[in-house]
Amino acid sequence: MRNKFADAIYEIGKQDPRICALVADISPAGSMVKFREEFPERFINCGVAEQSMIGIAAGLALKGMRPFCYTIATFSLYRPFEMVRDDLAYQNLPVTVIGMGAGVIYSTLGGTHHTMEDIAVASAIPNMTVLAPCDPEEMRLATTWCATESKGPVYMRLGKAGEPDLTSSVVDPFEVGKIRYLRRGDGDLCILSYGITMKMAFDVADRIQEQTGRAPSVVSVHTIKPLDTAGILSALSSHDRVVVMEEHVPHGGLSSRVKEVAWDNRVRADLSCFTLKDEFIHYYGDHAGLLDAHGLSAERVIRALV
Amino acid sequence: MRNDFDITASRQRCMGYRRRILEISQQVQALHAAGAFSCLEMVDVIYNGLMRGPGSGNSPDTFVMSKGHGCMAQYVILEELGVLERRDLDLYCKPEGRLGCHPDYGVPGIEASTGSLGHGMGLAIGMAYAERFVHKNDGGVFTVLSDGELQEGSTWECMMMAANLGVDNLVALLDHNGMQSFGNTAETHPKFYPIREKLEAFNWETAEVNGHDADAVYNAVVSRKGGKPFMLIGNTVKGRGVSYMEHGAIWHYRSPNPEEYKQALAELVEICS
Repeated sequence: MRNKFADAIYEIGKQDPRICALVADISPAGSMVKFREEFPERFINCGVAEQSMIGIAAGLALKGMRPFCYTIATFSLYRPFEMVRDDLAYQNLPVTVIGMGAGVIYSTLGGTHHTMEDIAVASAIPNMTVLAPCDPEEMRLATTWCATESKGPVYMRLGKAGEPDLTSSVVDPFEVGKIRYLRRGDGDLCILSYGITMKMAFDVADRIQEQTGRAPSVVSVHTIKPLDTAGILSALSSHDRVVVMEEHVPHGGLSSRVKEVAWDNRVRADLSCFTLKDEFIHYYGDHAGLLDAHGLSAERVIRALV
Repeated sequence: MRNDFDITASRQRCMGYRRRILEISQQVQALHAAGAFSCLEMVDVIYNGLMRGPGSGNSPDTFVMSKGHGCMAQYVILEELGVLERRDLDLYCKPEGRLGCHPDYGVPGIEASTGSLGHGMGLAIGMAYAERFVHKNDGGVFTVLSDGELQEGSTWECMMMAANLGVDNLVALLDHNGMQSFGNTAETHPKFYPIREKLEAFNWETAEVNGHDADAVYNAVVSRKGGKPFMLIGNTVKGRGVSYMEHGAIWHYRSPNPEEYKQALAELVEICS
């Protein structure tokens, strides 16, 4: 995803002189080098100084630019949180904060490098849009929207590398603020997910279909804020069962939001949520192993559903 | 840069600004008068000496009040320039008004929202960089910081970056009144000093003057060598102009009562240095 992000920024930056990239000593390789070489005045490496990255981006936006700030998610959102809130959101500036390698994707790096509550934190800020595209193509479309159409700040949660293509043959268009059916099932089960967890959602859907013959719907909730309330309500009412899968703590993410929507609209639904635990887990193995330690795996979801 | 700065007119303006701030203080319980009084001459120099066409709506130059709590100094000047209306200041901190204790982006004449310390430097650097290297024009960016803001790590992060980026169109004026809520900075945080050497180690050009001497402030800025970001250390007195406010921590926030107000008006004099 990070390479495709760099490609996207480079392509958009060629067309639009307002696009600039700020990084904090972490750079997606490949095309970001091309961006830096071709548009050196629009590329700033702030060093290991994330507060300055966000503050300077805000100053650039106040002078008409549309900056992207890029580093690992913990450092792009948590470290400079007050700059994100005051400089970007309070002034409602069109700056996109990229949180790369979110969730517990850096499984061996420990809790300092895990972003388990970013959706809750970013969603709590007024004016903030929160996006989590599920594959490189959805990320490209989301990045294009941030560069050309966003009216205020965006926090965009990305994975790292190697995410498979999940959407290139999907009929539903990508539209910020609308949920997107990647598969339309037979009305039994609907899986709501986003971002890096979507591959696991597909795995669950495939295996449930194999085992039961029922075809689950799979939905990319790539825009967590503003949430497509009507779309969520429709998914809740048009399926017998709904599952939320997310690589995020149980509180303040998509699970909480879907429950809110159901409660606020007095919808009776069979809703199950699979998330990270509300815990720092000291596990040093691969990503799947750490997710499993949190209770998030395709097997566990399938076991609960079949 | 303009070179027609009239010090006599500046002194008269600042006298009027202090009077107006005291007048507004009688409508509210608190307004950070002392912090406004300490930076008043410097803000006056920026608007009435350094910026080109301030208040015209199309000045090439920008001002960011990094010490947002000093914004009364900015409001009264914007009022005089006709950017804000008298009614705006009369409705300061009132439900029907649009001016609060900290400046809000979107209010006429306010180029950035501040209030939390340690934000203005980053904003000003981003603006200066955009003018200098992206839009490639000669727009200058002026900012006034409190000395307390130099205790924020974010300010130093950004100052290091300013020198790296070569934003020589950035002029920061430090309102060094040496006073914080817990007392004199020299006593509470002695290693805060020296300031100037630290700034120069970060590759900023610096100068140090009496921050209430508008002539000295103006001349220090216009005679800078350039090629680097510039910071003027303006040595000031918190509450300058009203004897009982000077050096009194309580006046960081509180408004004078009617008796104190009368006394303040009676003793206001033009500050010559």
